[in-house]
Amino acid sequence: MASLTINGTVHEVDVEPDTPLLWVIREQVGLTGTKYSCGIAQCGACTVHVDGVATRSCTLPVSAVTPEQRIVTIEGLSPDGSHPVQKAWLELDVPQCGYCQTGQIMAAAALLQANPQPSDEDITVEMTNICRCGTYNRIKAAIKLAANGGAIRG
Amino acid sequence: MTSALDISRRNFFVSSAATVGGLALGFHIPFAEAAAAETASEVNAWVVVKPDDTVVIRIARVEMGQGTLTGLAQLVAEELDCDWSKVTTEYPTPGQNVARSRIWGNFQTAGSRGIRDSHDYVRQGGAAARHMLIQAAAGEWNAPAAECSVSNGVITHGPSGRSTTYGKVATAAAKLEAPKEVQLKDPKDWKIAGKPLKRLDTAEKLTGKQVYSIDVKLPGMLNAAVKDCPVFGGKLKSFDAAAVQGMPGVKKVVTVGDTGVAVVADTWWRAKTALDALPIEWDEGPNATMSSDSIAAMLEEGLNATQAFVGNQSGDVQGAIAGAAKTVEAVYSVPYQHHATMEPMNATAVWTTDRCQVWTATQNAEAALATAANAAGLPIPQCDVYRLHLGGGFGRRSTSHDFVRQAVLIAKEMPGTPVKLIWSREEDMLHGYYHPITKAKMAGALDANGNLVGLRMRISGQSILASVRPEGLQNGRDPATFQGLNPSGTEGVFGYSIPNLLIDHAMRNPPVPPGFWRGVNNNQNAIYVECFMDELAHAAGQDPLEFRRKLMANHPKHLAVLNAVAERAGWGTPAPQGIYRGLAQHMGYGSYVAACAEVSVDDSGILKIHRIVAATNCGHAVNPQQIEAQVEGSFAFGLTALLYGEITLKDGRIEQENFDSYQIMRMDEMPKVESIIMPSGDFWGGVGEPTIFVAAPAVLNAIFAATGKRIRSVPLAKADLRKA
Repeated sequence: MASLTINGTVHEVDVEPDTPLLWVIREQVGLTGTKYSCGIAQCGACTVHVDGVATRSCTLPVSAVTPEQRIVTIEGLSPDGSHPVQKAWLELDVPQCGYCQTGQIMAAAALLQANPQPSDEDITVEMTNICRCGTYNRIKAAIKLAANGGAIRG
Repeated sequence: MTSALDISRRNFFVSSAATVGGLALGFHIPFAEAAAAETASEVNAWVVVKPDDTVVIRIARVEMGQGTLTGLAQLVAEELDCDWSKVTTEYPTPGQNVARSRIWGNFQTAGSRGIRDSHDYVRQGGAAARHMLIQAAAGEWNAPAAECSVSNGVITHGPSGRSTTYGKVATAAAKLEAPKEVQLKDPKDWKIAGKPLKRLDTAEKLTGKQVYSIDVKLPGMLNAAVKDCPVFGGKLKSFDAAAVQGMPGVKKVVTVGDTGVAVVADTWWRAKTALDALPIEWDEGPNATMSSDSIAAMLEEGLNATQAFVGNQSGDVQGAIAGAAKTVEAVYSVPYQHHATMEPMNATAVWTTDRCQVWTATQNAEAALATAANAAGLPIPQCDVYRLHLGGGFGRRSTSHDFVRQAVLIAKEMPGTPVKLIWSREEDMLHGYYHPITKAKMAGALDANGNLVGLRMRISGQSILASVRPEGLQNGRDPATFQGLNPSGTEGVFGYSIPNLLIDHAMRNPPVPPGFWRGVNNNQNAIYVECFMDELAHAAGQDPLEFRRKLMANHPKHLAVLNAVAERAGWGTPAPQGIYRGLAQHMGYGSYVAACAEVSVDDSGILKIHRIVAATNCGHAVNPQQIEAQVEGSFAFGLTALLYGEITLKDGRIEQENFDSYQIMRMDEMPKVESIIMPSGDFWGGVGEPTIFVAAPAVLNAIFAATGKRIRSVPLAKADLRKA
């Protein structure tokens, strides 16, 4: 049994302690915006925020998360897609297949929270998520657009 | 259970809105939605209009990131003259297509054909619906249709000034006969098509609302993890189900055909955990000693074999080489590649004795349906496949529906219970349909003036068709091997006129399953030809652009894209300090592409690709901003292969099991891309793949300019780029 605070709601879940947070979010909690792709923290499709920090949830055992830690998934980033990063993504039509994009958005939102005016190099150092469709240039442009669009909320 | 899942009613379509609501509710469509569905009118197969003027456009091809969904909707909406802000889309199912005599035509989404193969009939669908809607309004007004006009879905009767909307007349229009003939608009009059409109599928991809196949939820659903024999051609020998039966959540351990075993559990993580703990013995079969070395030896033998299939021939190439003032020879190699879609293979199936339904991500839903029916042991009319947007396709989800077959076989073991099968990344890597391995031996003959008078190209390596679609072979010859090297046609013509030419293929088929991998055989053919052209130009002491131009007089469209990138990149003018340029051009999937890459290589051999200028002539540009997105994405795909892409084999199995050993290019390596979209308006070419062809050769030629080194065996990860 584990107690998790996800998107502001406490969830009691009955899982083995070594279950990765990703699969608890997807299967027990039922939020499927967070994606499985590699399972070894290489690609970032499973990125969520844990206390505001971009975290690859596919290798994080649920037992390593405390009930006090605030987990935010893409579903909790904003109620209606209005987070500045989401708005910038929409404005620049960033996604292609879209499968990696929720992870990219979570990584970008955490980056801007920590560094509201990132340089190009700051962006490429922090944004290491894989996009197989190759939307990297639009992702970079969207991050800069979001940074210039005003205050970034957490 | 079965009745709750009975979604076979004729009017059920998987649409973006209905998918989310329907899935969450186990396909019980709420009354309000059902009522709306009752009043929505199918004007024709392509166009459904709701009373609120929403226009639902049916999309036969599938969206996997390439933008086809939006482009096809633009083409229908253009002819329909509807309000673009009220357009939504939905996928018909392959079962419905079968039941309605394939009214939506081909569902296959591959070969950059989504738009170029169907633009004609989808536009006719839009035009016919427009005609019927106007007729319906005219009928209500008792006025001649010729006196009515339409704009943005509002129909106006000129003389009386009366107006109505598509939503108000759709029910009447649906009862009218379709016109026998319709006139399509001249593309120069387009207002919706041809414009850089936003994609229709973006918003839900930003919030997690987009439901992919891997996200499907059905009432009572169980989850399965599978392992198939890791050695190609091997079989399952035995497994010890008792060892995992008591593990948390485990429901059943089942064999999958004669090569695999699956664990079914309440959740996928528990299924996978138990599968990892399951003792399994494999019968590794006849290929257990296969390795990359043994495959390389096979291909090397083919480079000099006397028997080969001819792809393009003119003059007397041996005579030209024998009489040449100078000859140049080189051998190039391109390894196996894996598709590595971000969404691993998966499918959800529910099977009963009289019905089988599948939810999956497929580039060819009709083939998926055939696979499902075969595995289910049921006639096709008793089966159906529900499509969801793909988390990447790249050809993997058109080559084979092995994952659908497995899902149905597993579901068959649990009648009436939906089972979702998800492949782990490792399973996905080990059971691909890999971009085939080839080598090419190139020989060129230059005369005393440095003119190319003979070119000999011997390809040795694997045929895709021989394995995937043997009925496509022509007396044993695989015509697809010669993509972009053909003497004539509209698909992929060789862009150079060389008096003495021989291009042939020694087919060597290792027992590794090959597949269509975005760009397919154009990718290595462009590397072989374009890098060797660069070698020949340097051997002749000529500028690589001028050297090519002399051979391209009869190929003005090939030349036009090459000239465009050269001009934009400033070819012939000094590059910034430390930056070096390389060129490439190629024609494939009906389109002409060229690139000029700018790179630097530092003293320690570190490559940086600074900028690529790309030109595309795809005939008609249905959505220029989406073409730009495809051009950028194609560079990421082609450069990933150039930098890192290599699948190797040892002991009969693939050595790369995940993204740690099969690297994908990240943002820090992505160059600036400048696109020149130059549609000539006189043909329809593909967009999703062509730019890939020129990515690697343009960069390889720039690396030579920077270092004096010819890299003839990719990927670059194993090359030393320090200056020669």
